[in-house]
Amino acid sequence: MEVFLSQLFNGLSLSAILLLVALGLSITFGIMGVINFAHGEYLMVGAYTAYVMQRLSHGDQTGISFLLALPIAFAVAYLLGLIVEKLLIRFLYGRPYESILATWGLSLILQQGARSIFGANNVEVTAPHWLQGGIQPLDGFQLPYNRIFILSLAVFAVAGMYFYVNRSSSGRRMRAVMQNRDMSACMGIKIRKVDSLTFAIGSGIAGVAGCAVSLLGSIGPSTGQNYIVDAFMVVVLGGVGSLSGTIAGALMIGLTNPLFEYVTTSSMGKVIVFTLVIIFLQWRPSGLFAIKTRALD
Amino acid sequence: MTKTILHFLSGGKNAFSFLIFCAVLLVLPLVLSDFRLNLLGKFLSFAIVAIGIDLIWGYTGILSLGHGVFFSLGAYAMGMYLKLQSESLPDFMMWSGLTELPWFWKPFSHAWFALPMAVLAPVVLAVIIGIPTFTARIKGPYFAILTQALALVFSILFIGQQPYTGGTNGITNFQDVFGYSLSEPSTMRGLYIVTAIILMLVFLFAKWLVSTQMGRIFIAIRDGENRLRFLGYNTTLFKVAVFSLSACLAGLAGALYVPQVGIISPSMMGILPSVEMAIWVAVGGRGNLAGAVLGTLAVNFAKTYLSETFPDSWLYFQGALFVAVVLLFPQGIIGLLDRFRSGHGRAALRKKAPAPVARG
Amino acid sequence: MFVLSLGMGNIAFSAEPIKVGVLHSLSGTMSISEVAVKDATLMAIEEINAEGGLLGRRIVPIIEDGASDWPTFAEKAKKLIWKDKVDVVFGCWTSASRKAVLPVFEKADHLLFYPVQYEGLEASKNIVYTGAAPNQQIMPAVTWLLKQNKKKMFLLGSDYVFPRTANLIIKAQLKAEGGTLVGEEYTPLGHTEYSTVINKIKAAKPDVVFNTLNGDSNVAFFKQLRAAGISAEDIPTMSVSIAEDEIRAIGADNLVGHYAAWNYFMSMKTPENETFVKNYKARYGANRVTDDPIEAGYFGVYLWAEAVKKAGTTDVAKVREAVKGISYKAPEGLVTVSKINNHTSKLVQIGKVRSDGQFDIVWTSGKVVEPDPFPALVSKKKVLAPGKIVDE
Repeated sequence: MEVFLSQLFNGLSLSAILLLVALGLSITFGIMGVINFAHGEYLMVGAYTAYVMQRLSHGDQTGISFLLALPIAFAVAYLLGLIVEKLLIRFLYGRPYESILATWGLSLILQQGARSIFGANNVEVTAPHWLQGGIQPLDGFQLPYNRIFILSLAVFAVAGMYFYVNRSSSGRRMRAVMQNRDMSACMGIKIRKVDSLTFAIGSGIAGVAGCAVSLLGSIGPSTGQNYIVDAFMVVVLGGVGSLSGTIAGALMIGLTNPLFEYVTTSSMGKVIVFTLVIIFLQWRPSGLFAIKTRALD
Repeated sequence: MTKTILHFLSGGKNAFSFLIFCAVLLVLPLVLSDFRLNLLGKFLSFAIVAIGIDLIWGYTGILSLGHGVFFSLGAYAMGMYLKLQSESLPDFMMWSGLTELPWFWKPFSHAWFALPMAVLAPVVLAVIIGIPTFTARIKGPYFAILTQALALVFSILFIGQQPYTGGTNGITNFQDVFGYSLSEPSTMRGLYIVTAIILMLVFLFAKWLVSTQMGRIFIAIRDGENRLRFLGYNTTLFKVAVFSLSACLAGLAGALYVPQVGIISPSMMGILPSVEMAIWVAVGGRGNLAGAVLGTLAVNFAKTYLSETFPDSWLYFQGALFVAVVLLFPQGIIGLLDRFRSGHGRAALRKKAPAPVARG
Repeated sequence: MFVLSLGMGNIAFSAEPIKVGVLHSLSGTMSISEVAVKDATLMAIEEINAEGGLLGRRIVPIIEDGASDWPTFAEKAKKLIWKDKVDVVFGCWTSASRKAVLPVFEKADHLLFYPVQYEGLEASKNIVYTGAAPNQQIMPAVTWLLKQNKKKMFLLGSDYVFPRTANLIIKAQLKAEGGTLVGEEYTPLGHTEYSTVINKIKAAKPDVVFNTLNGDSNVAFFKQLRAAGISAEDIPTMSVSIAEDEIRAIGADNLVGHYAAWNYFMSMKTPENETFVKNYKARYGANRVTDDPIEAGYFGVYLWAEAVKKAGTTDVAKVREAVKGISYKAPEGLVTVSKINNHTSKLVQIGKVRSDGQFDIVWTSGKVVEPDPFPALVSKKKVLAPGKIVDE
């Protein structure tokens, strides 16, 4: 029982991370038809931001530097996203194939950049003391605070996205562009502006995800690479450009992975999950929550 | 087939360039050092994969990011054969506690089994993946990401099955190939020549294929699959065919790669090499077979040169190269060459590049 | 030229420089570990140059990036040997990269100095192994644990040849020395989600976890182990791939009280080590640390230099003869290359992680342990001379 509960909780926390990474990916894929292989590098940038904040605060015990790192990581990744969008991505709209190549190149550059700035070694972020330890509702079953924190971060991010997309006018414009680009342009929406804003927001969220994973694992130049393929799986499984789809995709992969991992091994668990995704796509080629359209091509 | 090829060979500038290229390839063993020749031989085997990827991506408009798997299956078949030539029970099986050769390894000690398997295994996998996937009309980026998942699944599987596959190490330490010692420079030269000749034959075959009606159907699938379907063509069948063909070429390339490089490991199978393979084609110029070959050679030479000259910072250059190719020369090297030669009526070729994928 | 150099003293170099290859991953996942070893190798080369070089000649390192990719390692090894015509190569980290370059070195009949502990079952005449063989790290660590009454063991490793072979040895040892195996788990290299594995460990209730994870995964494992409320008092771990450099990335807080087995610790108090640490920090920054593979990469250069001096030439075949039985007073103490199997005899030590990221040495073998790359527990082979392996 403890094992089951604890695995369930692990699954939720994995889902939360995947969701944070995949949100931006899903939007850029859905709205601009750009496959951004460099998305994992925003996560890396976010994680390094947490590291730099910690270094700057010199042994700050309160953990405020980590809390501050969250908005700052968002801002840094957001800015980087804006710059990248202006210099590179805007030439790639609707060209998913070319975007794979160019963003792949970009990802190499960013990784090497991190290696030049911070060294090839991994760096460490210490979780603030109030994120260490956990609640113990049952004997032998501990809910670590850092995972609870990541879960709430994901819930917060999703809620934020939901209100932004559904309630704010700029979010509505974004949704309009996602559903029908040409029509939105005809209605006077500056789609270029929407694109660059969207891209930057997606990057910013990945930056926050970077802070989150810095609590769980290592921070190094290739940190982003550990999450990017899983995140792509979440996106195609959930259906491109759909918020609820991304959530569903993240939950499906996040919850099943620990389950299979427990009954088999870590390697086999991953193989089974990915094989299931491949099989699932045969049945629903555009994912769980495909945006319905009558267009053929 | 011979007719088309003869027609191609007798026809003008392209044929001339092709013959010059062939002549250069065959003369190089006299000029290059053993090391460089060995490297070039490896690149030529890569060029064979690139031709296959160009057929499916450049001509048919389907991007596969899983060709590393097909390449590696061919390479593993060859590697298993080579390994069994030098040891009756491969070393990694001994470390993993196996005392007897597993049953599925046994036939690989025969060349007549291993060599056909090098191309058949990828084809079988491509058919198994291709039929349901193309029937379900998974296309565009979805297909690319699906094949990427395939690459990941296979590399994890191969890494995890150390007793049977050699795990992360892969299969290495071969002694002989068909009775010739792999440490002899003359064997290396021989392998190079074989690779070069097979590359030329594959090139001519692909050239012929795209000139046939089938080739036209490929292009039609790329440019307007639905129209083709409404005309009554079963596009699924053609897509499975081109996917299998390119898998077959990848397997062939893998089989040529192994004896020259001396190792095959799951690192050739994963996502990275699969994406790189697509990049070779893009750099060369999609939808142009000569471009695929040139792109492969150019990217690999650049990679080797840069990593030798700037071991600490070569990734910057490589990254910048990919970005630059997409932004500045979307038609790749071939497009660039055409721009130099424009006015010769070849600008029309540029139209061949695939149209942006429209979204509904 | 020669006369000129005599006239101008030590620093002017005569004749052609000596070219040596340095082959490590400077990019990709393994760069986190290998860059530091490359740095130490370069430091040794420069120290020798500053002392007047070798045979009056300057040593020029040619650095190549193996890019954490095994076929690339093979390609770069060929390049160093065939094109650059180096006299020796220092490099590799993972067993996979060593296995990839091994045929290259054997076919060219060349020489590689390999600085990392590994799983054994190999003794090429073309490789000098300056890291530990299994009986110089893994096996003493297991014996020590059993003596501490930690009988129930859980084996956790990355999914590749070193952990799998190491665990094969450990399992044989548990059987022979009276321990029990309560679980065995392999995760892919670069794996970052350890909550499930931790649950499995909890369920298995081991006395100790024997950890052969490599690279990034260690960070994730130890951070998550601590977050799950398991401390070194509850379930201690014994690691063989975590050294001072890795501790920095994992965070000493997450590791306090856990064990590691090595031949060298930065906290060792030999005069050689104090100089070594001082020079390394002066060169690469005060926040850098030294550790076992770094030290092995460093003294490997000196072992080779001693052999060159003894042979009076850099000729590969002669140096390979001369290196047999060569000794050097390394930071960890006197190390000697075995005449029989080309491995190095070394001191074995077990350390307990302190809160400052250094180790308290809790056990030491006292004297150097002769290397045995083919432990009788798992292998019927025996080495007679480098490269000459027979079935017993």
